[in-house]
Amino acid sequence: MSHATLTGAELLGMFGHFLVLSLFSVGGAISAAPDMHRTLVLDHHWMDDTTFTTSIALAQAAPGPNVLFVAVLGWNAAGPMGALATMTGILLPSTVLTLYVTRWGSARRETRGVRAFTSGLTPVTIGLLFATGWVLALPYVREPGHGGGAFGLIVVTLLVMLRTRLSPMWLVGLGALIGALGWA
Amino acid sequence: MSEARGPGHRGATPLAPGLAAPAALSELFLAFTVLALQGFGGVLPVAQRELVEKRRWMTRDQFVEMLAVSQVLPGPNVVNLALMFGDRCFGWRGAVAAFGGMMALPTLIVLGLTLLYAEYSRIPVVAGALRGMGAVAAGLVLSTAVKLASTLRTNRMGAPLGAAFALATFVAIAWLHVPLAWIVLGLGTLAMAIAWQRLGAP
Repeated sequence: MSHATLTGAELLGMFGHFLVLSLFSVGGAISAAPDMHRTLVLDHHWMDDTTFTTSIALAQAAPGPNVLFVAVLGWNAAGPMGALATMTGILLPSTVLTLYVTRWGSARRETRGVRAFTSGLTPVTIGLLFATGWVLALPYVREPGHGGGAFGLIVVTLLVMLRTRLSPMWLVGLGALIGALGWA
Repeated sequence: MSEARGPGHRGATPLAPGLAAPAALSELFLAFTVLALQGFGGVLPVAQRELVEKRRWMTRDQFVEMLAVSQVLPGPNVVNLALMFGDRCFGWRGAVAAFGGMMALPTLIVLGLTLLYAEYSRIPVVAGALRGMGAVAAGLVLSTAVKLASTLRTNRMGAPLGAAFALATFVAIAWLHVPLAWIVLGLGTLAMAIAWQRLGAP
C-alpha cells in the first residue's frame, strides 16, 4: 500500500472535507465511512477499494477507539501528513462542540428541543450505521473465491453480538484465524 | 490508588458520594490509556467496566447519561465520553488528559501496524487474516445498527416513520452515494421537525 503523492492544496482539501464530516458524523466517526469512501475512492482516486477496507480492518484489529481508522485512511492516502490532516479534521470540530455543549446540554436534557433533536436524529443514525456495514461488507462478500467465507463470518459476528455477551475481541481473533487459513 | 490527600492536593472531587476520583491528571491519562489498550473491536464495553466497576469513578446511571449525551453529539462517542469525564474532573486540562490518554499510544500502535502491513501484505496468510478481521469489523458495525434499531419502537416519531427515515438514509448513502452533510441537514432536519411537532402534541 504505497500512498499517492498529494499536493498541498489536495491535502488542505482533504483536511477541509474531514472538518465538515466531523460535524455530521452523528453516531460516531464510523457512520461517516461511506462518505469517506465516496471522497477518497470514488471521487479523487486517492486509494482503491481494497486499501479502503483494509485500512478499516487494520484499525479494528488494533486496540483503541474506532476513530483511529481515520488516521490509517489518511496515512494510506498521503503518508504522515495525510494522517495528521484527517485526524485533526475529524476530531477538532466535534471535540470543541462536545466541550461546549456538555455543560449546556446536560442541564437541558429533558427540554423539548433536545428531545426532538435526539428522537429525530436516531433513525438517521441507524440508517447511517446500516449503510456503513453495507459499504464495509460488500468488497469482502464480492471477493472471488472468498465471498462465501466472508459472508459466513459476518453472519456469525451478528449472531454472537446479538445473542451473547462475548467480547468482540474473540470475534476479531476468529476472523484473523479463518482468514489466515484462506477461508474468507 | 488511595494515597492520603494532603493540603494543596489537587485531586478531583468524586462525581457522587461514595465514589472514588482520579487523584491527578497523570492518573486520569494513565487510566484512559489502560482502558483504550484493552479495546479490541470497541472501547465502550471496556470503558463501562473500568470506569464504573473497577475504578468506581462514576455510577452506572452517570455512565449511561454521559453516553447518551455523547451519542447525540457528532464525533466518536467514546472520545466524547473521555472529554466529558475529564472535563468534569479537572476542567479543560482533565479533558486534554483523558483525550490524550485514550488517543496517544493507540495511534502510534495502529500506524505502526499500518507500516508493518505494507511490508508484509504480500504474504497470503497476512492478507487473509486481515480480510477475515475486516469481515468481522463489518459484522460488528451491522450488529450495532441492529441493536440500535430496536430503540425505534420507543421513538417519539413512531416506529413506522422512524423506520422509513432509517431506510431512506440507508438507500441515499449506500446506493445513491449522497454526501453525508446533505442527509443530516435534509432528512435529519425534517425528522427533527416531525419529532418536535409530535413532542408538543398532548
